[in-house]
Amino acid sequence: MTGAMALAELLISALIVLGGAFAFIGSWGLTRLPSLMTRLHGPTKATTLGVGSILIASMLFFPIYERSFTAHELLITMFLFITAPITANMIAKAHLHRQGHGVDPNPADSTDATIPEPERWSTFTRPPREQEPLPPAE
Amino acid sequence: MKRLLPHPLLTVTLVAVWLLLLNGFSIGALVVGFVIGIVVPLFTAPYWPGRPRVRLGWPLIDYLAIVLWDIVVANFQVAAIILFRRNRDLRSRWLVVPLDVRQPEAITLLAGTVSLTPGTVSSDIAADGRALLVHTLDAADPAAEVARIKQRYERRIARIFT
Repeated sequence: MTGAMALAELLISALIVLGGAFAFIGSWGLTRLPSLMTRLHGPTKATTLGVGSILIASMLFFPIYERSFTAHELLITMFLFITAPITANMIAKAHLHRQGHGVDPNPADSTDATIPEPERWSTFTRPPREQEPLPPAE
Repeated sequence: MKRLLPHPLLTVTLVAVWLLLLNGFSIGALVVGFVIGIVVPLFTAPYWPGRPRVRLGWPLIDYLAIVLWDIVVANFQVAAIILFRRNRDLRSRWLVVPLDVRQPEAITLLAGTVSLTPGTVSSDIAADGRALLVHTLDAADPAAEVARIKQRYERRIARIFT
């Protein structure tokens, strides 16, 4: 029993350290990468595994030591996986808008010069009017 | 029946999430869960105009397994890039991923997958819905990266949404 407990403790500690390391690397990427679009990669990604391994550690710890089980970790994972891409997408789109309007001329990004087929993307096109106003009745 | 439960799968998901949030089972909780599960789909029905047919069997398991595995592997790659690659050696690029899937739900799932798997963020969709604009942190071969996204993720998603 003590052997199994020690093994579990080792595993949980390793997962927590791994999670902390990934969260740290993600934040470090936020400060050191050169442009907004590249910075977006750090926190949206490295953090998924960082938070993931801490949640797995929590899912192991509570049943083993407290004899209680909650499914909240699964829900946190689910909510994170649903919201993280949407947040990243909103930031990217806001950035494209600002670049398109020349509000955010960070030379490291320079989307204007490099973005392929700029007329094609929905951020840069006006949505079609859903319904033309009816012509006046005669 | 169709009018009361426009999205049966959403109803089941909401009831399950409610019970998991409460972290306990009682008849009262189940009743409240079903009230939420019926009211929320009714009020959000205008935002779900299509009713995609989803296969919940092997294709979904296969897809989830491969995405989870890729998230783990690619996290290490991105961590290595952040730690050891100099900024001027970074080959970050915009990719255009042409889309074969047509359902809005399938495209959303693909865009989310691309954003979750490290190294790529989906940034925009073409006005006609036929391509995704994807930013990559480090792509040596853009064409290969596009082919990988289509082969690995889009093909599997197309199998889920029959």
